[in-house]
Amino acid sequence: MMADLTRVAGRGVYVKGNDIDTDRIIPARFLKCVTFDELGPNLFRDERFDEEDRSKNHVLDEPRFSGAEVLISDANFGCGSSREHAPQALQKFGIKAVIAETFAEIFHGNCTTLGIPCVRMQAQERQRLAAIIDADPEADLVVDVEGLTVTCANNRFSIEMQLSTREAFLGGSFDPLDALLENQSAIDDVAARLPALGT
Amino acid sequence: MGESGGRSLYQKVWDAHKVGQLPNGQHQLFIALHLIHEVTSPQAFGMLKDKGLSVAYPERTFATVDHIIPTDNQARPLADDMAEQMIQVLVDATATHGIEFFAPGSGDQGIVHVVGPELGLTQPGTTIGCGDSHTSTHGAFGCIALGIGTSQVRDVLASQTLAMDPLKVRRINVNGKLSAGVGAKDVTLHIIRTLGVNGGVGFAYEYGGDVIDRMSMEERMTVCNMSIEGGARCGYVNPDATTFDYLRGRPRSPANFEAAVERWRSFVSDSDARYDDVVDIEGADIPPTVTWGVTPGQAISVKERTPDPALVEGLARNLVTDALRYMQLDGDTPIEGTAINVAFIGSCTNGRLSDFEAVANVITGHKVADSVRAIAVPGSEKVDADARARGLDKIFTEAGFEWRLPGCSMCLAMNPDKLVGDEICASSSNRNFMGRQGSPSGRTILMSPVMVAAAAVTGAVADAREVFGLED
Repeated sequence: MMADLTRVAGRGVYVKGNDIDTDRIIPARFLKCVTFDELGPNLFRDERFDEEDRSKNHVLDEPRFSGAEVLISDANFGCGSSREHAPQALQKFGIKAVIAETFAEIFHGNCTTLGIPCVRMQAQERQRLAAIIDADPEADLVVDVEGLTVTCANNRFSIEMQLSTREAFLGGSFDPLDALLENQSAIDDVAARLPALGT
Repeated sequence: MGESGGRSLYQKVWDAHKVGQLPNGQHQLFIALHLIHEVTSPQAFGMLKDKGLSVAYPERTFATVDHIIPTDNQARPLADDMAEQMIQVLVDATATHGIEFFAPGSGDQGIVHVVGPELGLTQPGTTIGCGDSHTSTHGAFGCIALGIGTSQVRDVLASQTLAMDPLKVRRINVNGKLSAGVGAKDVTLHIIRTLGVNGGVGFAYEYGGDVIDRMSMEERMTVCNMSIEGGARCGYVNPDATTFDYLRGRPRSPANFEAAVERWRSFVSDSDARYDDVVDIEGADIPPTVTWGVTPGQAISVKERTPDPALVEGLARNLVTDALRYMQLDGDTPIEGTAINVAFIGSCTNGRLSDFEAVANVITGHKVADSVRAIAVPGSEKVDADARARGLDKIFTEAGFEWRLPGCSMCLAMNPDKLVGDEICASSSNRNFMGRQGSPSGRTILMSPVMVAAAAVTGAVADAREVFGLED
């Protein structure tokens, strides 16, 4: 059994914008790989670097946000392609939780399985949190999955999570494979009553 | 849902494939058909190996290569070492685990969402999983078709199941009649424009109404394909005579076909099915639609002007401003007449035989503008063969298109087919995201294949109705 995941602590960074798609998080040319190991440095590659690999001074590359572990963004984060390379790149880069207005569902599911909580926070609260981080990038930020709050520099913000996702983190079953494999006889029963394929 | 009233197809298919409930409250859903490809699936075999697991139901998984395969020369080894390695990992893994692989040259290779239906593997009343968001395409046959991540590919390989939360169902009726020159691509872009790119989050979309009822299977696939661009987890159409006629005689259709049809009919939504939401769209209101921005929801009629940022409030203004800047377009300006550099017809959205037929029917006698590089990429080897048998490849090449070998090609540009610099592409694909077509500053305008053809021959975004004299 995996360990539970009740809270994530770290410093925050705000990557502004609605509809940040997984092509932006990890451009398709970096999907040419047979493992996920090398993805971290190419997170948001084309937003961070120009075509000659010169820095565009993206917020992730500002020294004051170096080592941030909680990424804050806006609505519909992670839309588009189902590529797990996107949450893998975030994780390999060092991101441990994401706070946004809303998430695209496939991305949300991929993050959950990898143990990256995706939590929803309302716009006004998020802007307030972003302002605090901008003023004090060193402020410790805690995403409390159990208490459904984010705390940062003595400020408390409420967050929302899908019930089953929260349960999965608290129960240590965010990677569902072990639980899925436990029900082998029930799986076989369903398989037996379905028609065979391609015959 | 479910307290009173009938059940939707979504609920019936879900119930038929539900294994049970997991400790966190999610459902365990059996996946009847699993499709894999070279980009998001090879890593899953590594994960299985790490856990000492095998493939539970290899006869329910089928593999092909589409994303990275070149469209000019597919002879192995591929010129790109990493592409060659990815294909080889998939070839080896499928051989090791006894999974059928549709190899290039077999006659069955192609974009996974084109291949499944044309072989008859995609069937009504089933659950389908694939490590690609456009798996929603298969919903055209009346199934729950889910795009999944690589860890979920692992889950399906190891257990043939997924952990899922049930979805709500939104019924979208497209009523009345479409105008001449308006097709399935315009319908789906119009729906996304209307409901938003995240309007479908938490929902399965059930498409119906006269317009959908009259559509061919290929048109329905175009509509269901783009469900994910509207934020919906999946989209589907109830199976009917059109569905059954399409499947009859396909290589992998059931041997006892009439018995299968009877079973498939039982999944059709009840006439009193309850929906969490219902949206009505008038077919006559749908224009030839093109995108102006960097999400599929940033779409307008070819006769409209780009939005004026001054008229947009708050954060939304930044989105409009940023999108216009990226696209190098002015606000409050007609989109018609925007010069293009590249024309692309293909992809799992619009790379089927009827897409090429529709263009071939209008393009004879026209020539691609000198300023435009135009490529036509069939969605599968079968589409390619059928098109060649009808002489479509010649019609395209005579008009100035290159006719390529099958693959995903310039939809996501993982193969050598890419935009260069800030080139702007009239594209029949599904995403106009920044950098999507292979150049970090490349630009995409989404539209129907016939509209791409109109743009190709005039060198600019154009109204296909006028260019080709299409009338009701």
